[in-house]
Amino acid sequence: MDPRSRIYGVMGEFETAKQLIRAAEKTREAGYRKMDAYAPFPVEGLSEALGLRRSWVPLLTLLGGLGGGLTGFGFQYWVNVFSYPMNIGGRPLNSWPAFIPVTFELTILGASTFAVFGMLALNKLPHPYHPVFSVERFARASTDRFFICIEASDPKFNVTESARFLQSLDAQHVTEVRDDEAPLEHGHA
Amino acid sequence: MSVAQPPINSPDIPRLKPVLAPGHTYESVTEQISGAVLNRPTTLGWFAGFAVAFTLLGMMTVAIGWLVIKGVGIWGINIPIGWGFAIVNFVWWIGIGHAGTLISAILFLLNQKWRTSINRFAEAMTLFAVACAGIFPLIHTGRPWMAYYMFPYPSTMGLWPQFRSPLIWDVFAVSTYGTVSLLFWFVGLIPDLATLRDRAAISWKQKVFGLLALGWRGSARHWHRYQSAYLLLAGLATPLVLSVHTVVSFDFSIAIVPGWHTTIFPPYFVAGAIYSGFAMVLTIAIPLRKYYHFEDFITMRHLENMAKVMLATGLIVAYGYFFEFFMALYSGQKFDVFLVQQRLHGPYSGFYYALILCNILTPQLLWLRSMRTNVTVLFLMSIVVNVGMWLERFVIVVISLTRDFMPSAWGRYSPTVWDWATLIGTIGLFTTLIFLFVRVLPAISIAEMRELVDHNAHQEEHH
Repeated sequence: MDPRSRIYGVMGEFETAKQLIRAAEKTREAGYRKMDAYAPFPVEGLSEALGLRRSWVPLLTLLGGLGGGLTGFGFQYWVNVFSYPMNIGGRPLNSWPAFIPVTFELTILGASTFAVFGMLALNKLPHPYHPVFSVERFARASTDRFFICIEASDPKFNVTESARFLQSLDAQHVTEVRDDEAPLEHGHA
Repeated sequence: MSVAQPPINSPDIPRLKPVLAPGHTYESVTEQISGAVLNRPTTLGWFAGFAVAFTLLGMMTVAIGWLVIKGVGIWGINIPIGWGFAIVNFVWWIGIGHAGTLISAILFLLNQKWRTSINRFAEAMTLFAVACAGIFPLIHTGRPWMAYYMFPYPSTMGLWPQFRSPLIWDVFAVSTYGTVSLLFWFVGLIPDLATLRDRAAISWKQKVFGLLALGWRGSARHWHRYQSAYLLLAGLATPLVLSVHTVVSFDFSIAIVPGWHTTIFPPYFVAGAIYSGFAMVLTIAIPLRKYYHFEDFITMRHLENMAKVMLATGLIVAYGYFFEFFMALYSGQKFDVFLVQQRLHGPYSGFYYALILCNILTPQLLWLRSMRTNVTVLFLMSIVVNVGMWLERFVIVVISLTRDFMPSAWGRYSPTVWDWATLIGTIGLFTTLIFLFVRVLPAISIAEMRELVDHNAHQEEHH
């Protein structure tokens, strides 16, 4: 074993989405909080089982949309009223109905980019390396297997006990997850 | 009829074919779709198709190259027909893109399960169609290297774009549409790229797919935010797709030209866009399912549903044609009545009758189930509708511009070989991109298919 590597957590594998949800519920009931579940598709009810809070993505999207719309309208207003006013037959400079299409498009553009990049940022992606990838069987997390990882940062975490706990939930292939990139902490190894 | 009737979408009704053939597992759908990218050897047929498409793309490059050297004089456009093929093709391509967004966003919001296996390549089709569409206004400017003038940037001249012009609205609508379609497509691809990364046997493929997957690991916390973002994107793309062809129709309806200045244009343009788009989805889906053996995923149910959408939107388009005529005659407006006569008896009336034949009469065959379930008929029908929708834009642009208010301003239009080379060339660009797409990326969303497998398993349990 590489002496520099450190335990990230213990991971158990499940065969069905149903087992995963049940295991996630049980793990939370047992008092674990620092944990994550992994699935090859969004599993209905998993967020609730893990006790995840509502995401910030909708709020970010709203802000992006408001920002885009205000920028769009404000810019056209500024261009036509202050920067280059043109008197065409005495028509109003702030001809707002004509500014609606661009305002609308920029609202959508702002909201969409904030939704996507906000989601990626909150998920801390891109993140090409992650300790869970060091588990060989984890490659199947993107095909047909479901995983739960109890992380070492949880106060209740104990390698042997947490592993035994996962086994008690009928998890298969319970393994340690090692974080090879983390710096060695004093007094931990 | 029995008293206890099963719900209309129940699998108990045998006439409704399933959206996914029975017997599939997470593993089998993943294997089959990712295998088409990772394991399937590049066949001779693929090379042959790609070669034809790439040759046509080469023709487009030559046509545009010559245009840059000589200017728009090599085209058939003149005064009064300043728009010509460039705008006809632009509207045609951008319309085709609309079905992709309809499938991926609107059918998603409506919770239509049959969208799952067709949304990925339909979204790709949208992107490629927008790319083809974008070329035309760009080269139609005559000096494409000055096209950045259309965007607001702080220039030394102190000038800004004319924000009161529909042509500038178009710039914003189409560029937003392209950007949002790309984001939507890429977000959908992230979990599948992770699957390809994990299943690739060759190191460089692992690295490329790994980079593109951004380190996606299927974490529940990530899926939580992912679903939220995906739903919001669908909600945003829905009004967007309706707005894009509305804005395109403003290019015409804001002008006072007879035949253009009508309030029915926005809804009828949007319906026409979806009509031609579904035709193009069928044109792509039918060979794709055959050559990649995706019959289990793109079932007859999908083809039949798409045929029904085509029939419905085709009828909306027919309604639009009818009311264009009715309003012209009912208004009694001299120039509008004259335009109706020109469509029926003018020099371009042949185009108009061909349009009615392609867009209204032929698709009525789709009322028959035997036609909707005949793959060959559907494929031919999709081509006919695509031609019809192109003719529609030709009729709108050319007949109105050649028969303006004053006889002294009348003209004639005939496209040159360069016009045709550019149009056929963009079909080459589109096909080239489709060929590359099905070769290097999963043409069907794998993660969503696994979700469908899960969904079906749950349904069986409840029975």
